[in-house]
Amino acid sequence: MNYDQARYGDDERNEPLLSEKRAAEVDPGEGSALPDELTRDSLELPAPSEPELARHYTRLSQMNWSVDSGPYPLGSCTMKYNPTFTETVAADPNAAVHPDRDPETVQGTLELLYGLQEYLADIGGMDAVTLQPPAGAAGEFTGITVAKAYHERNGNDRSEVIVPASAHGTNFATAAMAGYDVVELPSGEDGRVDVEALEAAVSDDTAALMLTNPNTVGLFERDIVEIADIVHRAGGLLYYDGANLNALLGRARPGDMGFDIMHYNVHKTFATPHGGGGPGAGPVGVVSELAEFLPRPRVREADDGDYELFDPARSIGKVHGFAGNWLVLVKAYAYIHRLGDEGLLDASAKAVLNANYLAERVAFDVPYGPFHHEFAATAGDRDAADVAKAMLDYGVHPPTTKWPEMVPEAMLTEPTEAESRASLDDLAAAFNAAAADSEGALADAPRKTAARRIDQTSAARDPRLSWHALADAGSTADE
Amino acid sequence: MSRRDDGSPFAPHTPAETAAMLDVVGAETEADLFDVPDEVAFDGEFGIPTRDERTVVTDLADTLGRNDDLTEFLGRGHYGHYVPAVVDDLSSRSEFLTSYTQYQPEITQGFLQALFEYQSMLVDLTGLPVANCSMYDAATGLAEAALLADRVRETTGSTLLVPEDLRDGKRGTLDNYVDGAGLTVETYPYDDANVDVDALSERLDGDVCLVYAENPTVTGAIEESLDAVGDLAADHDALFCLGTDPVALGLLREPAAVGADVVVGEAGSLGLPTSYGMGVGLFACRESYLRQVPGRLVGASEDADGRRAFTLTLQTREQHIRKERATSNICTNQAWVALRVAMHLAWLGPRGLADLAEDCVRNARELAADLDDIGGVTAPLADRHHFREFVVRTDRPAPAVADDLRGRGFAVHTLDDHRLQVCVTDLNAGETDEFVDAFEGAA
Repeated sequence: MNYDQARYGDDERNEPLLSEKRAAEVDPGEGSALPDELTRDSLELPAPSEPELARHYTRLSQMNWSVDSGPYPLGSCTMKYNPTFTETVAADPNAAVHPDRDPETVQGTLELLYGLQEYLADIGGMDAVTLQPPAGAAGEFTGITVAKAYHERNGNDRSEVIVPASAHGTNFATAAMAGYDVVELPSGEDGRVDVEALEAAVSDDTAALMLTNPNTVGLFERDIVEIADIVHRAGGLLYYDGANLNALLGRARPGDMGFDIMHYNVHKTFATPHGGGGPGAGPVGVVSELAEFLPRPRVREADDGDYELFDPARSIGKVHGFAGNWLVLVKAYAYIHRLGDEGLLDASAKAVLNANYLAERVAFDVPYGPFHHEFAATAGDRDAADVAKAMLDYGVHPPTTKWPEMVPEAMLTEPTEAESRASLDDLAAAFNAAAADSEGALADAPRKTAARRIDQTSAARDPRLSWHALADAGSTADE
Repeated sequence: MSRRDDGSPFAPHTPAETAAMLDVVGAETEADLFDVPDEVAFDGEFGIPTRDERTVVTDLADTLGRNDDLTEFLGRGHYGHYVPAVVDDLSSRSEFLTSYTQYQPEITQGFLQALFEYQSMLVDLTGLPVANCSMYDAATGLAEAALLADRVRETTGSTLLVPEDLRDGKRGTLDNYVDGAGLTVETYPYDDANVDVDALSERLDGDVCLVYAENPTVTGAIEESLDAVGDLAADHDALFCLGTDPVALGLLREPAAVGADVVVGEAGSLGLPTSYGMGVGLFACRESYLRQVPGRLVGASEDADGRRAFTLTLQTREQHIRKERATSNICTNQAWVALRVAMHLAWLGPRGLADLAEDCVRNARELAADLDDIGGVTAPLADRHHFREFVVRTDRPAPAVADDLRGRGFAVHTLDDHRLQVCVTDLNAGETDEFVDAFEGAA
C-alpha cells in the first residue's frame, strides 16, 4: 500500500510546540481578591488563539496512527474498531453527574452500572463484579488485594504469587505492589504452563497463580482444570488476567475453568477507545466466596426495584477516589448491549479466524499452536524491532515486538475481528515486504513516517521532559 | 457493504469471505479453530439480544434519562467547569481517540508531542521540573507519591502523615496501595480548616517519610501554612506532597515556591465534564526522583535525520521492562484525558486560567455571604479564604435541608447533622440567586 504520513515542520523539527507558537505571562495576584501572600506572582503558559489551537492539534492528529487509520495488530492489546455510537451515548448530558449525588437521584447511572456488573458476571462466569478499577493493572491490584484479604481473613498468611514467565509485566509488578514475592514459572516445551513445574512451585505460601488464558502467544491452557486443582489444593486462588478474553467470548468462561478472580479490559474486549494510553477500565469479577471483599461501594437492585449502593461486608476499601472511569464503562455497556450473545460470539470467532488466516499469509515462522486470537511469529535471524520499523513504511502498525521472550525475536500479532480479508492481505504484504527488505533497508527504516528512527538511548541518557529542558524552546512572554 | 443479519456488526466478513478464509486455514468451521477442552467449554447463553444502533442509543438515553435533573453545587474533589467545544471537537479526532500507547514513536509523534506539551504545562503550573503523562486520578496519584517517598534515598521511615479531613476515596486508596510496602498512614489535625502546624510538628519524627497537605483543602479552604508545612517536612527528611488542581494553580502559590517535593491532584477539573468521578491524576516532582517516577514519561530526542522528535522514555522504570522491580504496575493511564486537559489549558492561556481561578474565589465568597444572610445559617463556617466551595452550618438538621433543596432542584453535600458543603463554579454560577432563594426556603 502506498503510504506517507503527514509531516508538518522544517528540517529542524515537526509542528512547533505550543510554547514556540505563542506564550504569555501574567501576574495572577494582581487585582486578586486574595491577599498577596496566598497568590503566585507569575503564570506563564501557551496562549494560542483558537484558530491556532485548532490547527495545532489537527496537525498533531495527522501525525498519529490510530485504528481508524489502519491495522493496529499489537499483540495482547486488542486494538479493534471502536464503534462511534458509543461516543454519542457517553456524551449524553444526563451522564454528566457528580459522584456524590444521592443515589436516589442518579437511578439511571446506577441502573447502567448494575447492568454492566451483570453482563460482565455472565460473560466471565463470575458471581460478583466491581467496576471501580480504572485500568487493567488497577484491576489486577484490586484482585490480588482481594486475595490477600481473603487469606488474611482465614488466618492464612501467604507470601507468594506465582506468575508464568510469559505473563504481562503488570502481573509481576502488581504482585510486588501488593507485598508478595513473585515466583516465576518457566513455560513448558509446548508454550503452556508446565504442570509438573507448577506442582513443584505451589506451597502453603502460595496466595495465587496469575494466569492469562489463552496465554500471551494465543495458546489455550488445555490443562486448566488440573492447574486449578493444583492451586486450590495448595489453598491458593486462581487469578485470570482478562487481556485475552477477546478470544473466548461465549465459548469459554474463566469462572467455568476454575478461576476465582478475574479482571476485564473493557478497552480491549469491549471496544472502548484506548485514547493513546487510556482511559481504560478494569472491572474485577470474583466467585461468591470472595464477593464480600470487593471494593466499596457496589450497586444492587433493591426490593422495590430501585438501585442502591452498598458496601460489601469485608470490603478491601477503595482503589479509586470515586467510581472509576464512568464514561468508559458507559461505552462498554453500550457495546455489549449492541452486540448481544450473537455479536459477542461472532467477535471472538472472527478474531480467531483472522489471526489464523494472517498467520498462514505471513512469511515468518509461528512456533507454537494452535493459537487463538493472536500468534507470535519469529523474525528468525532478523531483529524484530527492525522488521517493525520497516512495516511502518507500508501503511500498517507493526505487532508487539520482542515479547514474550519464549519466542525469539517475537512479533506478537493480534489482528482482531475488525480487519477484513483484504486488510489482512495488506497486513501480510507488509510483513512479507519487510521480510524481503535488505538488512540495510531495515536499519534505515522508517522513511515515510512523521519522524524517522528515533534515538531512544540518548532520550533516556539525557532526559528532556518538558519544553523548559529544550535549549531552543523559543519565544517567551509577549504580554 | 458486508452487512449481515447476525454476528458482530463490527466484523466485516461476508459468509463467502469467511468460507474462503476457513479454506485457507484448513478448518471446516470457526468452532474448529478453538482448542478449548469440552469440560470447560461454555454452551449456555447470556440472554443478551442483539440490537440495532438506534435501539441502543434510544435505550441508553432512556436509562440515563432516569437521572434527576438537578443543579449540582457539588465538589469535594470532583469539579465541573465549562469545557469549550473546541476541546471536545479536537480531542474526538479518531487519530487521537483510537490510538494506543506510543510504542512506535515514529508513527505517533502527534500524541507524543501533545503529551510532552501536557507535561510541560504542568511544569509551568507547579514549578517542579518533572511531570508524568498521568495517573488514574488524584487518589491513586497520592498513593503513588507515598510509594515514591518510600523508594527515594532522601527519606527514611515508613509513616505517612495526612490530614484528618481527607476524602474517604483518597484515604481508602492510599491505605490499599501502601499496605504491601508496609507503610503506615497517620493523621494530623486541622485548626479551622487549615493545617494545625503545632500539632503537625508534634506528630513529626524521624519515622515520617511523607507529609501530605492540600491547597485548597477538601472543604475548599485555601491553605495559609504551606511554607511552614514544607519547612517541617524538610526538617524531618520527609517528602512534602501537595494536593491541588490545575485551576487552583492558576492563582494560588506555586508549589515549588512553598517547598513541595511532589504535587498530585485532580487535573480533570479541566478538560472533562462532570463524569461521576472519572478524572486524571496529575503528578509532578523534583528532578532527583526522576528514576523513581511512576507512569509514562515523554522525552525529546532526535530522529535519524537530526530532527527533533518525541518518544516514551526511561521505560526501564516500567512494568513491561522491569516487571516486579518496576516503580509502579501502571500501564494504561489517562492519556486522552491529559490531552483534553492540555487543550483546555492552552485554550484558556494564562490570563484565562487566572481569571477562571479568581472567579472560583469571588463566586464562593459571594455565595457564602448571601447564604450567611439567611437566618440560622453560617457560611463559610471556617474563617478562611475559599476556592470554589465552603462548609455551611445550618441550625436546622442538615440532612433535612439537603432533602428540601433536592425537592427544589439542587444537590449539595451533607457532611453531618448540621453541616453542608456547597461548591460553585462557572457551570452553576448563573443559578446562585435561585439557589439562595431555595436555601432560604429550606433552611
